[in-house]
Amino acid sequence: MRLAPTASQTVGPYLALGLPWDDGPHAVAAGGVRIAGRVLDGAGEPVPDALVETWQASPEPREGFRGFARCPTDDAGEWFVVTLPPGEVDGQAPHIDVSVFARGLLNRVVTRIYFDDQGEANARDPVLAAVPADRRGTLLAERTDDGYRFDIRLQGPGETVFFDV
Amino acid sequence: MAGGFRRDDREIHPPLDFPPYRSTALRHPEQPLVYLPHTLTERTGPRLGRGRVGELDHDLTRQHAGEPLGERITVSGRLRDSDGRPIPDALVEIWQPNAAGRYRHRADNWPAPLDPNFSGAGRCLTDGEGRYAFVTIKPGPYPWGNHHNAWRPAHIHFSLLGTAFAQRLVTQMYFPGDPLFEQDPIFNAVRDPAARERLVSRFSLEGTQPSWALAYEFDIVLRGRDETPMEAAA
Repeated sequence: MRLAPTASQTVGPYLALGLPWDDGPHAVAAGGVRIAGRVLDGAGEPVPDALVETWQASPEPREGFRGFARCPTDDAGEWFVVTLPPGEVDGQAPHIDVSVFARGLLNRVVTRIYFDDQGEANARDPVLAAVPADRRGTLLAERTDDGYRFDIRLQGPGETVFFDV
Repeated sequence: MAGGFRRDDREIHPPLDFPPYRSTALRHPEQPLVYLPHTLTERTGPRLGRGRVGELDHDLTRQHAGEPLGERITVSGRLRDSDGRPIPDALVEIWQPNAAGRYRHRADNWPAPLDPNFSGAGRCLTDGEGRYAFVTIKPGPYPWGNHHNAWRPAHIHFSLLGTAFAQRLVTQMYFPGDPLFEQDPIFNAVRDPAARERLVSRFSLEGTQPSWALAYEFDIVLRGRDETPMEAAA
């Protein structure tokens, strides 16, 4: 039997009613690294009504590690997650899958976080290799004093690379 | 090792650039999407377990001291993949406005009353056969600023995690015969009429509980596994 999939619809402006969890941003119960950033629109303005979700596969289940995080953006378009630094998995450089939902997005957009301090692994990564070289930088989280920074630009100059998943 | 997931027909989902829905203008990517093979990361997803769902989370009419005003309804259905396989133990999250069409959210300030007995958020896990069920009140339609005299048809937002990152879906469930469908750019952003129709729940007299609640049924289908072997062995 083959069934037709259900169509996507936007989360709308009131997603904060239904989707945030108290422990949402924490993919790991204790410790971990903080990854933070902003969601920006095509005018460079912050998107204050988005939700960012992250998922990273772990080859073996680990106690206290959910691997999944979600965080609504605040009025400045800022989000953050706290997670364990991913390792190389499935022949790929360390990465985290990201979904972005927002009013005005009729479907999620999907991107990936790679890490700018993983140059060698990134150079061998088959997914990064398929991304035009001049846009790869949009997928690299930048090391900062307190973790990593990863801004998501939905449109316009420096538009983040989004994937067809 | 499991393969990837079948990619949806492009016609099924709405385009990201859809000018009649004005909020898409500055929020849709303009660069082409890059093909992402379904690697381990996309083929897996979080296992969330029962601890995330409270005893009354599925009943939006029993989350306060009193009962919310409005038409009491049940909303239930099956969560399956496109091969017809039930998806058990999957988190279903919903949110909606009250019977007057007002969301309990600081950004919603149109002059319709809030209901002190209604928060408008629910969650449950599907059972072994992929079934879910909520008790709630029928949400009201409400105006918005998209175009002159724009009103959203009554709807309930649904969020599904499925079993894998590749299955993640957020959608909206509508009610049969709504006179507001025709002018709603969000509903009509789904270009395929059959796919649009699948967003409309069915009224069920059989499911309706006498002297208690009208029943609406809404089945949800997430993409199934690709039958072909591993698409992306690294």
